[in-house]
Amino acid sequence: MRFGIVTFPGSNCDYDAFRAVVDTLGEEAVYLWHKDHDLQGSDVVILPGGFSYGDYLRAGAIARFSPIMREVIAHARRGGPVIGICNGFQIACEAGLLPGALLKNASLKFVSAPVRIRVENSQTRFTSDYDRHQILTIPVAHGDGRYTADDSTLKELEHSGQVVFRYVDSGGDATEAGNPNGSSNNIAGIINREGNVVGLMPHPERALDSLLGSDDGLGFFQSILATVAA
Amino acid sequence: MSVVAARPGDPAITPELVAEHGVTTDEYDRIVAMLGRTPTFTELGIVSALWSEHCSYKHSRNLLKTLPTEAPYVLQGPGENAGVISIGNGLAVAFKIESHNHPSAVEPYQGAATGVGGILRDVFTMGARPIAMLNSLRFGSLDNARVRYLFSGVVKGIGDYGNCVGIPTVAGEIVFDDAYEGNPLVNAMCVGLMHESDLIRAKAEGVGNPIIAVGAKTGRDGIHGASFASEDLSAASDAKRPRVQVGDPFTEKLLLEASLELIKSGHIVAIQDMGAAGLTSSSAEMAERGDVGVTIDVTKVPVRETGMTPYEILLSESQERMLVVAHKGKEAEVHAILAKWDLDSEVIGEVIAEPVYRVTEGSTVVAEFPGSRLVTECPRYTPDAAENPDIVALRALDVGSIPERAEEVDPAWTLLRLLQSPTIASKAWAYGQYDSTVRTNTVIGPGGDAAALRIRGTDKAIAVKTDCNGRYTYLDPRIGGRIAVAEAARNVACTGGRPMAITNCLNFGNPRKPEVFYQLKEAIAGMGEACRALGTPVTGGNVSLYNENPSGAVYPTPVVGMVGLIDSLSHVTRSTFSNPGDTILLMGETRDELGGSEYLASIHGIVGGTPPQCDLAKEKAAIDALHEAITSGAIASAHDCSDGGLAVALAESCIANQPAQMGASIDLDDAYSDMNRAPHRAVLFGETQARFLLSSSAPAVVEAIARKHGVPIHAIGIVLDKDEGFSIRLQDSVLRTSVREMSSAWHDAIPSIMSSPVIAAADVDEPALAEA
Repeated sequence: MRFGIVTFPGSNCDYDAFRAVVDTLGEEAVYLWHKDHDLQGSDVVILPGGFSYGDYLRAGAIARFSPIMREVIAHARRGGPVIGICNGFQIACEAGLLPGALLKNASLKFVSAPVRIRVENSQTRFTSDYDRHQILTIPVAHGDGRYTADDSTLKELEHSGQVVFRYVDSGGDATEAGNPNGSSNNIAGIINREGNVVGLMPHPERALDSLLGSDDGLGFFQSILATVAA
Repeated sequence: MSVVAARPGDPAITPELVAEHGVTTDEYDRIVAMLGRTPTFTELGIVSALWSEHCSYKHSRNLLKTLPTEAPYVLQGPGENAGVISIGNGLAVAFKIESHNHPSAVEPYQGAATGVGGILRDVFTMGARPIAMLNSLRFGSLDNARVRYLFSGVVKGIGDYGNCVGIPTVAGEIVFDDAYEGNPLVNAMCVGLMHESDLIRAKAEGVGNPIIAVGAKTGRDGIHGASFASEDLSAASDAKRPRVQVGDPFTEKLLLEASLELIKSGHIVAIQDMGAAGLTSSSAEMAERGDVGVTIDVTKVPVRETGMTPYEILLSESQERMLVVAHKGKEAEVHAILAKWDLDSEVIGEVIAEPVYRVTEGSTVVAEFPGSRLVTECPRYTPDAAENPDIVALRALDVGSIPERAEEVDPAWTLLRLLQSPTIASKAWAYGQYDSTVRTNTVIGPGGDAAALRIRGTDKAIAVKTDCNGRYTYLDPRIGGRIAVAEAARNVACTGGRPMAITNCLNFGNPRKPEVFYQLKEAIAGMGEACRALGTPVTGGNVSLYNENPSGAVYPTPVVGMVGLIDSLSHVTRSTFSNPGDTILLMGETRDELGGSEYLASIHGIVGGTPPQCDLAKEKAAIDALHEAITSGAIASAHDCSDGGLAVALAESCIANQPAQMGASIDLDDAYSDMNRAPHRAVLFGETQARFLLSSSAPAVVEAIARKHGVPIHAIGIVLDKDEGFSIRLQDSVLRTSVREMSSAWHDAIPSIMSSPVIAAADVDEPALAEA
């Protein structure tokens, strides 16, 4: 399976995503340059973390206009899998691939820490390797991670199982204490209605080796291998 | 030589103008002798920047020469953008530390951010990809609202810059002490990884090769930043805020990728950051290293403002700019690589055979110096050195005679107070704002003794840490210099590393004062002794003098940034207890040493006494013993005993790892035989050096190794479950508290102080800003 990892100017987790695919999954990865119009036959597209275009104006706001995004959006419309991690989640929201938006953290501070998230829906192609309500420890590192949407969208997301990951506290409950950024309903990650575009603030590509503190992100990538036919 | 005439519109050279440039009468005479005529305004600007303390090291160079710089694995010592050491497997580590104290004192956010940017460029211009950032910070007391403003601004500046570029910030230290109130210290260190074969030096070579300006356009920001950093802070400092540069981490990220691609391409000969003194120092230093001439046409330099004079273009410290010497004929290839990253590049000059440093404005020569004398003619000073008698008196203080406070009848009270002291308390409030996990190499991040980063494709890791105790250095600069090196080495050793080499950042006051020059001289001597004893040469660094404001000089603070090599990932060791039932051991001898301690400062408000001894043979033996014990696999945790002494080290090993805290039961009666009958408070809170706090499930193995190295060791207790409490028994007294109490004292101290309002400089009347 071939993963295409988009490099925007200012992307800085493209390398980590690349290593995750090649070293951990043993699959093929290619970098997709933001100025190009070619997905190079990628089966799965990753919009990685970082500060695309310096996050100037608004996180992800300029990246959505990159030439490559036309192809990424077309790939998504065809039902192709797209993963937006951190800045990639912000870009996916800005590009209209996912509903809602990500605001500045409630603390107004950048937050870098391992957080606990609960798998809310294990029936997606990105989470099938997990059990429902399994609790994962995955790092976050962001300044703009406070997920928000209007009430009807939130209701719809909740109702249709589109909330995939939720921040929880040490007891496994979705409380304020467990919420690192003030996200609505403690939302850490969502999926689109069609089930092929997922966005999340935590970094599963940084949680693939217990040497670095956690390998709870393995299931995320293994789910994709199991459910996406090359 | 060309005819150089005064440029129309430039001010005439007067004694006042010369003085305004910080150039002394003697130095001015040297300039005139070198040129054989009166300098032009542009030339005066160039010399004043290059001969500023910040660029020329004129008061420290003679002392720095005494430091050891060699080892078989040192690939690049001092004199380049960064030092480089080999770590085997064809790989090398480039690293350097630098100060941004003066800018941070007047504009904390940009001052700290651009400090990070500058040191990143110093590392990637060696051909290394930055893999980690560290920072060593000093502030006044957090009780002061302006200090809280400085602290939060500096932390945000460091975080926003490093996070955006995508380099993890993994370690460092933060100390709070009134001595730094008007004059915070912001030292940033960068560590990069490279293939040895990619090593490139900033040495202009090849007559006819083009000199290319790369990156951001040049503006009027930061003009004379280097000179600003070479004078005391005063009332006028705030007015010099425009001398503080403004950073753009997004452009830095592009510049980083483009520079590494350029170096890989083989199309360039040399590359250097336009850092302090901008285009002037980068071009003059590259020419001097290559022993060639250069000519630069300022009208070719891409500018972002109109009407800039040669003086302004040469001395601008606009950020995110580099100077590149390319191979002749490869200009198009170089432009193409930069264009890919949407960066400007413009040929602005060339390497010439004639031994001159020449600047033109179109066809008119506006500055010209003979050969490399612009760099080499800079005077070197060795002023008088004499210890301040007040410090001799402070050191003579008999700290044993200081009566205990009534509350100290319960040593748990003292311990909890120390755990709340901001210098000892958890710094998670700060490092929680730094991305410490990007690039997925961070095995141990902030909060450990040293950080550990795995080296992909090998079984190795590197350990990195900065350290310095300014209070010790104030009381005894030679001891302070030694301890800075020894403590960094111990921290690296605790993580499983062998100390390899250091970079240093010497933060001192005005060297023209004999008492300050004495401190500088003694501290460098102490560092040199420790580096030789521990086998860790100095590969470069930075000197920051004039850290003074009207209320006085900072503590002399010679910060050490150390890199160690961990031979196997299985040796990576943490500082926290992890298994109930493990035996707790204290390695090293304990003496009656409360002088200069955090205990005296926090509990009694006293800075005085003789700081702890630093016996380098004992340090070496303890580090070797620990290293052998770790490689034998017998060590579960290792923690350096430093600020706050044994009791604080024990508490930290119990509480620092919040998700998996432990308790401990300690009995010191047996160990007391090796404690020289020290009073109980010195046993608990004294800061005797060369000691490690260990936990092990195989204590006999550890004890045998320690004995083999001649290092005293005692089993002093056992790791308990978190709920089983924490106690230290010593003869008839018992310190007893709960893990929860220690944890909330240590974890909550800084967040609770920082929830108080901050006040920016302009809103308060502070001594630092009062009339000088």
